[in-house]
Amino acid sequence: MTAVLDSPAQARPKARDWRGALDWVAVHSLGLALALMFALPIVFVFLTAVMSDAQAFTKDLWPREWHWGNFLEVFDKAPLLKYLGNSLMYSLLATAGMLLSSIPAAYALAKLKWRGRNAVFLLVVGAMMLPPQVVAVPLYDSWSSLGLTGTLWPLIAPYFLFDAFSIFLLRQFILTIPQSYVDAARVDGCSEFQALVRIIVPMARPGIAATALFCFLFTWNDYFGPLLYTGEKPDQWTLSLALSSFKGLHHVQWNLAMAVTLLTMLPAVVLFAFAQRSFVKGITFTGVKG
Amino acid sequence: MTATLERVGAVRAAPAKGRSRARARHRLTVLAFLAPAITGFAVFFAYPLIATVGFSFTDYDLINPPVWIGFENYTYMFADKLFLTAVYNTLWFVVVLTIARVVFALGVASVIARLKSGVGLVRTLCYLPSLAPPVAAVLSFFLVMRPNEGPLDAFLGWFGVESPLWFADPAWAKPGIAAVMLWVSGDLMIIILAAILDVPQEQYEAAELDGAGAARRWWHITLPTISPVLMFGVVNSVIVSLQLFTQAVVAGSAASGAADITGATRYLGFPENSTLTFPVWLYTQGFRYFDMGYASAMATVLFVVSFAATALLVQRMRKATHQEEGSAGA
Repeated sequence: MTAVLDSPAQARPKARDWRGALDWVAVHSLGLALALMFALPIVFVFLTAVMSDAQAFTKDLWPREWHWGNFLEVFDKAPLLKYLGNSLMYSLLATAGMLLSSIPAAYALAKLKWRGRNAVFLLVVGAMMLPPQVVAVPLYDSWSSLGLTGTLWPLIAPYFLFDAFSIFLLRQFILTIPQSYVDAARVDGCSEFQALVRIIVPMARPGIAATALFCFLFTWNDYFGPLLYTGEKPDQWTLSLALSSFKGLHHVQWNLAMAVTLLTMLPAVVLFAFAQRSFVKGITFTGVKG
Repeated sequence: MTATLERVGAVRAAPAKGRSRARARHRLTVLAFLAPAITGFAVFFAYPLIATVGFSFTDYDLINPPVWIGFENYTYMFADKLFLTAVYNTLWFVVVLTIARVVFALGVASVIARLKSGVGLVRTLCYLPSLAPPVAAVLSFFLVMRPNEGPLDAFLGWFGVESPLWFADPAWAKPGIAAVMLWVSGDLMIIILAAILDVPQEQYEAAELDGAGAARRWWHITLPTISPVLMFGVVNSVIVSLQLFTQAVVAGSAASGAADITGATRYLGFPENSTLTFPVWLYTQGFRYFDMGYASAMATVLFVVSFAATALLVQRMRKATHQEEGSAGA
C-alpha cells in the first residue's frame, strides 16, 4: 500500500516527509493530551486518598507524606465489608440468574426459526431502552405488598427471568456463529438443547464472558435500584449507595472519601485488566452491528 | 410427469404426521427456551407499564386504595412549577449533552484512529473512566472541580481564568454534570472508533491518489461512511439524557453537604433546582412524597418520549443492518 502511494509523491519527497512528521507529532501529542485528560482525575483521587486529613484540605496536589493507612481507616469509619458483601450478593446472583435465563432466549432469537421472532426481538430492544423510572411505581407497589422492600431480592429476582440488554448482546454474539455448525449438530441427531449446550455455549464463550462482565458491572454500579429498595435500610446498602452517603457523613475528610471512591472503582478496573478484549468486543457489539 | 408428481406426493404424504409432530416439538422447544424471558417480560415490563398508565389516573399513596381522579394528574403538571423546571433541565441535557457527547466521542475516536503508536494505551485510558460507578465518577469530579482548592481551579488560574463554583452554582451545576458525562463516554468512543477502523481502506487510497488531504478524506469519506453509527450515538445519547438520575442526585447531595442521602429532600435538585431532572422529580414525588399517582403520570410522559426515541433507534439499527447485509451480499 505505502509503496503505491509513495510513488506519485517522489517528485518532492522532502516536503512530504516534513508534513508527515509534523502530522505524526500533532496527532500523537493530541493523543497524549487525551490520555492525560482521561487519567488525571483518577490520579488526583489517588493522590488525595493517601494525603493526611489536613493536607487533603489544601491546594497541594502531591502528598507530603503517604498515608497508606487511609485505605484501612475507612473500614473503621463505615461497615464497608457489609456493603461489599451486599454489592457482591447483588452482582453475582444477578449475573448467575441472567446467564440461566438469557442464554436460551438469545439462542431462540438467533438460531431457531419461528413466527413472530422479529416482533419479540423488537420487544426486547424496547425493554432495553425503557427508563427504569417508568415501571418503578407498580413494581415497588408489588414488592412492598410481598413484604420484600428493604431487601435486595427485588433487584436480583428479575435477572433470573429477563434481562433485555443481556439477551440483546448474547443474540448479537450467537448470530456470528455460522449456522452450519448448528445444522450439522441437528443432522447428527442433537436436540436443540444439546446443540445449545454442546455447540453454542462453548463457541460463544467470549460473548458470554463479555455479557456477564457487563451485567456484573451494571449491577455493581447501579444506584437507582438500591436507593429505591434499600435506601431506608442501611444494613442492606450496596457500595455505590454507601459511597454517596460517605461523602456526606465525612465530607470534611476528603482523603477518606476518595479512598472509598477508589475502592469502589477497583473491581471494575481489575475485571477490565483481565478481560479487556471481551469488553471492547462487547462494546462494539452494542453498537449498530446487526 | 404426473407419475413424478404422484411419487413426490406419496413421499410427502408418508412423513406428514412425523413432520407435524416435529413441528410441534420445535414449537415446544422454542417456548421452553423463551419461557423465563416471556414470564419476566410480562411481570417486570408489560404489567408495570400498563399499571403505570392506570395509576396515572388515580390518587394513590401506597397505603390507601387508589382513587380515580381522571386527568387531574396531567393537568396539574402545567401548574407545577418544579415539573416545568424538571422538563427544562432534562431538555437542557438532551440538547447540550447529546451534541457534546457525539462531537466529543467522534473527536477522540478520530484522533485515536490516526495514532500509529500507543493506540492500545490511549484507548484503554479513554475507556477506563466509563467503568467507574457513576457515584464515584461524580465524586472524582467533585474533587477535581472544587472551588479554590481543586486542581482544575489551579489549572484555570494559570490562564488567569477564575473558576466558577461548579456544583454549588445553579448556572454551572449542569455543565459540571455534563463534564462528568463526557469523561465517562468511553463506550461511545469505542463504538465510533470501531466504525472508523471499518471504513474500507481502498476508499482512502483512491482519495489520496486524487490528491485529497487528511482533512478532506475525513470529511468526505470517514464522516459519511460512519454516519449510521453517529446517528446511533445521537439517539443513544438522547436516551441517556432522558434517564439522567444518579449523577444529578449525587452532585446535588454532595454539593449541599447533606449527610443522609435517603432522608432529606432538600438536596434533590441542589442548587436551586438546577439539577432537578425529570427522573429526579418523578422519584421525589413518588418515593419521597408518596404521590404515586402523580409520579405515574410523569412516568407515562417519560415512557411516551423514550418510546419515540427508541423507535427512531430501532429504525436506524435496522437500516444499518440491512446496509451491512447488502454489502455482504454484493
